[in-house]
Amino acid sequence: MEKLHIEGSAKTPFVSFDSGSGILELRGRSIPENSIEFFQPLIDWVDEYGVSPKAATQVDMKLEYFNTSSSKCILDLFKRLEKINDNGVQVKINWYFETDDEDMEEAGEDYAAIVGLDFNIVEIDEI
Amino acid sequence: MALKDVYDFYQRMEDEKVILSFKGEFSAELLTSILHIMESKMIELSIPMQMKKRVFNVLVECFQNLYHHIDISAAEIPMVEAKNAAIVMVKYVDEKILVLTGNYIPRSSTDELKKKLVLVNELDQKELKELYQQRLLHNSVSKKGTAGLGIIDIARKSKNELGYEFIEVDDKYSFFCLSIVIE
Repeated sequence: MEKLHIEGSAKTPFVSFDSGSGILELRGRSIPENSIEFFQPLIDWVDEYGVSPKAATQVDMKLEYFNTSSSKCILDLFKRLEKINDNGVQVKINWYFETDDEDMEEAGEDYAAIVGLDFNIVEIDEI
Repeated sequence: MALKDVYDFYQRMEDEKVILSFKGEFSAELLTSILHIMESKMIELSIPMQMKKRVFNVLVECFQNLYHHIDISAAEIPMVEAKNAAIVMVKYVDEKILVLTGNYIPRSSTDELKKKLVLVNELDQKELKELYQQRLLHNSVSKKGTAGLGIIDIARKSKNELGYEFIEVDDKYSFFCLSIVIE
């Protein structure tokens, strides 16, 4: 299966989904006008990845900030991963936030509260 | 308008501590430019990182709300050019950032908007968090990619009551003014 690699832009995050290593990374800001347009290929990729996922799948979310339109798409992404997780595969979410960015920390807690996946909320110096 | 009014305009903005203002048609490109300008302004003003991010977040939600609103109504009713326009101002007063927006909205949608504003102003941070999670989980995304979470998010980032006013313009439109404090 092909790797999914998208360079970051002023309004969309850098994406690197690697089926070989089972590491999926999103980094940067996510504020597109139409987030569905941006996230659909990511969601499709995860669906395909779910056919034969790595036993240990790691998702690294390193977001600077995101709009509410993206928040819904991020939830959709997690929901797809939840399904993979149910099939005997362990999906772990590493949710990063910059020191003092309590909003991003809280955003991680928001998802951890409503998504049935293992969340690891990690503080780092800089994203 | 006399030419010397330009100075009065300038002085008025200076007195009001306006650091950015724009009047005109909203677009996706404009948002990118405004974020860019605000980024350098906030560096100049040594605004802390968390506050900077909150300002970005609020501006993004305001713009994308306005942008979608304008888009929706433009499709519904053919409007004169002026009604596509909106205004956004950013002020920096007492180490707080104030975002002010104004745009035309059809009078038929003022009630719904007012209800949302009354609701978020009544809730404390914990209740806003719960409402956000609940809406995130249960609301579906519209075709335009809006999630109906914008105002809740603005209220969470502001941590202050949102100021608003609806000014009736004619039998079809009101002018909606919103003020958001970020500290």
